[in-house]
Parts: sequence; C-alpha cells; structure tokens
Amino acid sequence: MGRYVARRLLLTIPVMLGASMLIFAMVYALPGDPIRALAGDRPVSPAVVQVLTERFNLNEPLWVQYWEYLKGLFQGDLGTDFRGRPVLDTIERTLPVTIRLTIVAVIFEIVIGLTAGVLAGIRRNSFFDNLVLVSTTVIVAIPILVLAFIAQLLFGLKLGWFPIAGTREGWYGYVLPGLVLASGSLAYVARLTRTSIAENLRADYVRTAKAKGLPPRRIIVQHTLRNSLIPVVTFIGADIGALLGGAIVTETVFNLPGIGREVFDAVRAQEGAVVVGIVTLMVFFFIFCNLVVDVLYAVLDPRIRYD
Amino acid sequence: MTDQQADLRKDEIEAGTTTGLASPSVDPLSVRQNSLWSDAWAALKRNPLFWIGSVLTVLFTVMAIVPQVFARGQDPRACDLANSRALPSAQHWFGYDVQGCDYLSTVVYGARNSLIIGIFAVVVILVLGVAVGAISGYFGGVTDGILSRIADIFYALPLILGALVLLRVGPETSIPIINSRGPGAVALALALFGWMTAMRLVRSQVIAIKSSDYVAAARAMGAGNTRILVRHILPNAVAPVLVYTTITIGVIIAAEATLTYLGVGLQRPAFSWGLQIEAGQGDVRDAPHLVLFPSIVLTLTVMAFILMGDALRDALDPRQRA
Amino acid sequence: MTQFQTEPSPRVAAAGAPLLEVDDLHVEFQQRSGVVHAVNGISYSLAAGETLAILGESGSGKSVSAQAIMGILDVPPAVVTGAIRFEGRDMLTMSEEDQRQIRGPGISMIFQDALSSLNPVYSVGWQIGEMFRVHQGVSRKDAKAKAIELMDRVRIPAAAKRVDDYPHQFSGGMRQRVMIAMAIALDPRILIADEPTTALDVTVQAQVMDLLKDLQRETGMGLILITHDLGVVNEVADEVAVMYAGRIVERGTVDDVFTDAGHPYTEGLMNSVPQVESKGGRLQPIAGQPPNLAAIPSGCPFHPRCARRRLGAEAAPGQECSVDVPPLRLIAPGREAACHYSEEVLGARAV
Repeated sequence: MGRYVARRLLLTIPVMLGASMLIFAMVYALPGDPIRALAGDRPVSPAVVQVLTERFNLNEPLWVQYWEYLKGLFQGDLGTDFRGRPVLDTIERTLPVTIRLTIVAVIFEIVIGLTAGVLAGIRRNSFFDNLVLVSTTVIVAIPILVLAFIAQLLFGLKLGWFPIAGTREGWYGYVLPGLVLASGSLAYVARLTRTSIAENLRADYVRTAKAKGLPPRRIIVQHTLRNSLIPVVTFIGADIGALLGGAIVTETVFNLPGIGREVFDAVRAQEGAVVVGIVTLMVFFFIFCNLVVDVLYAVLDPRIRYD
Repeated sequence: MTDQQADLRKDEIEAGTTTGLASPSVDPLSVRQNSLWSDAWAALKRNPLFWIGSVLTVLFTVMAIVPQVFARGQDPRACDLANSRALPSAQHWFGYDVQGCDYLSTVVYGARNSLIIGIFAVVVILVLGVAVGAISGYFGGVTDGILSRIADIFYALPLILGALVLLRVGPETSIPIINSRGPGAVALALALFGWMTAMRLVRSQVIAIKSSDYVAAARAMGAGNTRILVRHILPNAVAPVLVYTTITIGVIIAAEATLTYLGVGLQRPAFSWGLQIEAGQGDVRDAPHLVLFPSIVLTLTVMAFILMGDALRDALDPRQRA
Repeated sequence: MTQFQTEPSPRVAAAGAPLLEVDDLHVEFQQRSGVVHAVNGISYSLAAGETLAILGESGSGKSVSAQAIMGILDVPPAVVTGAIRFEGRDMLTMSEEDQRQIRGPGISMIFQDALSSLNPVYSVGWQIGEMFRVHQGVSRKDAKAKAIELMDRVRIPAAAKRVDDYPHQFSGGMRQRVMIAMAIALDPRILIADEPTTALDVTVQAQVMDLLKDLQRETGMGLILITHDLGVVNEVADEVAVMYAGRIVERGTVDDVFTDAGHPYTEGLMNSVPQVESKGGRLQPIAGQPPNLAAIPSGCPFHPRCARRRLGAEAAPGQECSVDVPPLRLIAPGREAACHYSEEVLGARAV
C-alpha cells in the first residue's frame, strides 16, 4: 500500500509540472505578442510595456521565464493584476466562497446520488428504478448554464424559496447553487451506482454469499456495496474537474463572489495574470483530488495494492 | 491486478462506456450467439429513448442545414427596435429579442453554429484520440509512457477551464484559426482539451486486443504492424468509441454555449444560444422568454445526442441485458 | 409433459432414510424469448457418506438443478416445482428464512471458478470466518482462529500467515481449497461441488479431489459432484447420474455404468474418450449439438443425435423415439435408464 501511494505521488509530480507548463505556455509562449496576451485590448504605453517586460522576464529565453514563474509560484507570488493587487490576495478573498459551494455540491452529489442509485439498483425494474433512470437521463443532458437560470427563475424568483444571488443568507444561500452545480454529477452518480449494484448482485461471489446462507441485508451491505462503490469513487474524482468548470458558471449566474466568478471577471477584464493564477490553482487542486481518489480506490479494492 | 489493468478499467469508467467490475460467469441461459451489432440493433429498436434521441438529432441537424424552413419565413436580421423584448404571440412564436429581431428565427439560426462546432470538434477528437491511443496502446513501452503522460497533463485541465484560457489568449496570438474568434477556434479549443478520454479508450481497447489469439494468428501469417492495427484491432475498438463520440457531441455543444456565455466563445453578431442567453439574462424578470427559448432549444439539442449515446451504450454492453 | 415413475434405488433403502431426496424437480426460466426448460423432472437421493456424481455436458441442467437445491436461484425468472427433501423436510415448502438456516450448516456448495466466486475485497480469513460469525455468533477473534484451523485442514500451507491475504494472491488450487474450507466450516451434512476442478491443472485437480474424498471420509458427509469430466467421476464417485436436456437419462453405480452403458448417450460419452488402443484411429464424438433448452426435441430429447433411434414404422408401439418420452426405468438391479431400447445398449460395448 505504501509503495502504491509512493508510486502514485511520484507520477503526480511530473503531471503537476507539465500542467503548469501548459498553462504557462498557453499564455506566454504561444506565437504572437505576450504583452497582448497579458493586456488584451488594453492600450499599453511604452512605459507599461517596459514594466511588464521586466516583471515577466519577457526578454529572456522561454525556459528562464518559466523558471521564474515556477519560483514565484512556490513562494506564493502569483503576480498582480493591472491595478497592482496581488493575485494571491484575490484568491484568498474569494476562495472560501467556492469551497463552501463545492462542499455543498459534493454532499448533494454523494448523498442523493448514492442513495438513489443504491435503492434503484436493488429494486431493478421497479417504478422507483425507472423513475431514477428517466430523470437522471434527462438531468444529465441539461447544461448547467441552463439549469442555473431555470432554478433561479423558478425557485428564486417565482417561488421565492431561495435567494437568487449573493451570500448574505449564509449556508442557506448555497443550497440552490450547490444543487444546480451538483445536478449533472448527481444524476451520473445515481446511474453509475444503480448499474454497478445491479451488476454486482449478479456476480459469482454474491451467488457464493447466498450459498453460504447469509441474510439478504448482509449480502447487500457487506458483499455488494463496497464492490459497487469502486467505479463510483473513480468517477467522483474525475468529475471534480467538471465541478470546477461548472462553478464558474454557477457563481456567475448566482452572483457568488468565489474564484469561479473571479476568473470570469478576469477574462472579461482581460487580466491575464489573474486567469493564469486561478486556473493553475484549480488545476493543482484537481490533480490533488485525483491522487486522493487513487488512494481511496486502493483502500476499497485490494487487488490494486498488490501487484 | 496490474497497474495497467486498473488503468484500463478506470479509463472505461471515466469515459462512461462501462461500469467495470464484476462479470458473472457464462450464463447457462444464453441460447443463441448473435453478433454484437445485430443484437445491439435489436436492443436499440426496443429502447424508446433511442427513438426520441434520434428524432431530435435529425430535427436539429436539418435545422442547422436549412434554418429557413423552421424560421417561418422570418429574417433574423430584420430588426425593429420598436418591437424590443416583445413577448411571444401567434405571429412570432418566440417573441422578439432586445434589438427587436424575431426571436424564433434567431434561435433557429443558432443551431448551425452549435452543430458545426460539435461535429468539427468531435472529428478532431476522434482523429487525435484514435491515432495517439492506437500508437500508444500498440507500441507500448516508452512511447506509451510519454504519450500517456502527455494525456495526463492535458487531462489535468478540465475542459471548460482549458478552453477558457486558450480562447482568452487566442485572439492575441498569431496562430491561424485559434485567433479567429469564430466557430473554428471554439471547436479546436474544445477538441484540444477533450481528446484525452477518447485516446484512453482506444488505448485500452488496443491493449486488450493486441494480445488476443487472432492478432497472434495474423502476425504469424506475416501481417505488418499497420495492417494489424488497422484491419484487426481498430474495428474492435469501435464500439465504446462510438458511444463516447455521440455523447461528446452533446457535451461539446453545451460547452460551447457556456464558453460563449462567458464571453470567450463566439462573438456578436454571430448566432449562438450562449450569446442569446447572455443577452437576455438582464431581463429575466420582465422578459423571461429571452433566456427560456434558447435554453430549451439548447437543452433539447444536447439531450438528443446524449440520449442516443446512452441508448447505444446500453445496447452494446452485454452485461446490461436484463 | 409426461411424468416419470422412478423406483427408489435399492442401495438407499439399505442405508436407512436418505439425507437428501430430490423428487420430480422442474426448473423453468421465463425469458423474453420464451420459456427455458432447464430441469425437467429429475429425482434422486443421496445417503450419508455417499458420493453421487451428476455427469453431463454444458446445457444439461446439472448446475441449475444444484442451485435449485441450494435455493439460490432468483425466483422470478426461475420457477421451481417438485420436492427437495433434506432430512425429511421439503425445502421448497419452507419459508425463506428456514431455507437460509440450512444453507451453510446443512447443505453447502462450492463453485467452479474460485477467483470470481470469492469476494475480491475481503481477506480469505474474513470470508471463512464469516460462516462462524453469522451462523454461530462467534467473535471476530475466535472466527479468525477457526478460519486458520480450517485452512490447515484443507492443507493450505502457512495458514496463519495467509489468513489475511486476499483471494487474488492465491493460486487456483489454493483458492479452491479456500472455497472448500468455507463450505465445510459448519460441518454440513451435504456438500455440492459444481465443477470444482474444471478450471484447474490436472495435477492440482487430483489434489483437490483427494482432499474432498478425505474430508468426506472424516465427516461422513454426502457429496454431490457435478462434472463433465469422466475421469474425475471414475476416480471419486460411487453412484453416477447422467443428465441430458434437463433429465436424468441413466443412473447406477460408476462401475456398472462406465463398463456397460445402458443409454445411447452414455454409450456415446464412453466411446468418445480416446483409448490407448485406438491410437491412430479416428475420434468418435457424438454427432450433433446439445439441444436448445427453450426448444427441447419431442419424445426422447436425445433422439436427433441417437444412432439407435427408431422412428415411424421401425418402432414398437408406444416406443417411437421422436414421439414417446422414455421413462426412467429399472433396466438391471440397481440401474435405471431412460431409453426404450436400453436392452440393446447393454452389453454392446466391448471393454
């Protein structure tokens, strides 16, 4: 197990490096004028060009630029925006909102998704099962963008059950956007769990468990559930990436001041350094989540641990 | 289980083409051995969701090709500010938008861009994914190691995030197409951050098949690498990739709308549902139809492909047979 | 569907009340494409200490019949009728809970593929110990100790060290022993072994079969061995029942049946085994394919492949092979066969 974790960690490092290199390359290394990339359409005076060139080492060879950038990353210096505010400060200010939103979303995803999936899986072809099947198929297909607006319109404006924007209501204000953010993933988790359980119930080792005279509840909980969770855990990890992308949209529609909306504003305002900074952070977080999922996978499935 | 087998299984799960894990031993009740495709077609025909999906797909494809037919003779560019934000009526089913243009035709014309982007992106994904996946899986070793790490790196950037950054800087670069701010740019950006899963799928299929008996037989008969890859291995990798491709068209169309809404996708005066939603969001209280109609049409289009893809997956997966 | 009349085997009458009595068991499956008749009226009995082999090809219904006895078939789509009497009580009329009490302590079963039949995410010690924890309320620690004992008993080396290992860390033969350990944990009266050695190497096969025989000798349990391997039957079984298309077509002692078949199917099986003397000659398989259980041929189910069949005018009245289902009848002391013309089959084979 320790060796497995070490191996996974070792693999993660080049990926993190590579990903940050990719982000860096996209902004600073593509053919064209990097000043334009940083400043966008903003008119830049020669003095500003000078400052930018110095700060980002634009006259140096590419690898020096990247090295300086990396060094800065590790020291927590993600650069500043055009008004001189450090990107790190912006992140510190807005990250908590996104964290809360993501927590709410993941809780919904796991609790509702798993429960619906398990119940549907053990009662295959029942009314509930068909209900889950149809509803999840439909929900998965609705883009988060659309769902956000519809939810806002319906539950916020028309029915007034939830606040339509902002975070003044505390955790309650995260319920609707969290649900919206989680919707597609929730539906997928339900489906995956359902199929996984139904499949595992037909497995040979479940047949053995029955032949051992074990009570039905024990067969489902001990012998089927854990095996069924394995693909679901894998999916949840991979899906965090989708959640990050979805957070941008959700925060924008619901006007939540998180890093998602911050990215959106930065794109709008053409603040290249802010975009790079936040995206890099999100990517590192995603990679970290995948690592956690890999480890969890090994905990759940002993076949992975021992070669 | 080896690392490799674990990876293969993970790939399939993440691509949504299988649920992995347990497979019961030979079913004593399976009486006939039909080929995969004829069984699949029989299962597809029975599935109502497949029919809904394919009808919708055909509908929107036709809408993309000949939008005039659906626009009821209205010209989306014939706008009169006097009609700004007018609600739906018998003449104008979708009402008018902010500029006073007929909304039905505006929304209908949006189908073209979405489908073009969806199909173009998916074609690129397929070409990239199949090529890299096949080479990686077939030759293994260092080649596989490098290509897989490259895929991992791209994979670390979620679709929307990666495309967002690329499209944000794109117009300031000198790369053709990417700097155009048009459908080509959006499609390419999405494909660039969406090819990895197709690659992993193909790679896992290739790895699974290349050690099979009939490939050994082909090699013993003197077939070269290319021939083996193309004639023997790839045709068998088709099934999960086909499922993934269909679903991905839907995902891409949704992603384009999102990116356009966020401001980095298509720009005015192009017809895009993302633009229409973005334009209408300020009037959501008084004129909700501005956001509603493009949302509904967008959803139905995405749903069309996802329904078909789902139905295909259920039909092709032997373990799903009830 | 005609009913068979069977006379109880004289052997059983001598040993006292049988441990297990299967009486006219039928199992059908409702499928979208039709009804599959997997088991069509089989009857047999098993005494303590006796080894009965159920011999047949795949699709003969042998595994399904065993699973029906264990009660582990999914009841829709399966429909099970008849009687299965364990120690005198009919299991099919018992409540599910009562049946469950018998599985494990009374009758237990081992399966062909130990790798897929053992849960991959729990250690073997945990899975063996589960029998004690669930059926006897034993503590975890004690259950583990008992598991180690059992692993020793089935001759798994270094049991104490391996008790926490997972199924995939064992070789095929060892895994099968784990299954056996699990099955005999609560000293069952009957052990059903469904193709226990088919997936194993020949040398390992012999070891596992020896183990089963030894365990049987020690405990006096009844053993039902389901297999398609003639060699295994010969080595290990006392009685053999040959199944075809969900019916028993011949039954008797292994010696009797193997040296002198009483049914054309059995005859065909014996002839298809390559002999040293026939080296250089041609193999003699049975012509044709096993029947589709959703469309079993009329009359004698074997008639399409039978070299001895009598159709139309050649047949005696009531004994036309494509029309009249042959009952399982006594053809010699202690032997039964389901063929109109068994007498012609007997004595035909030169050994």
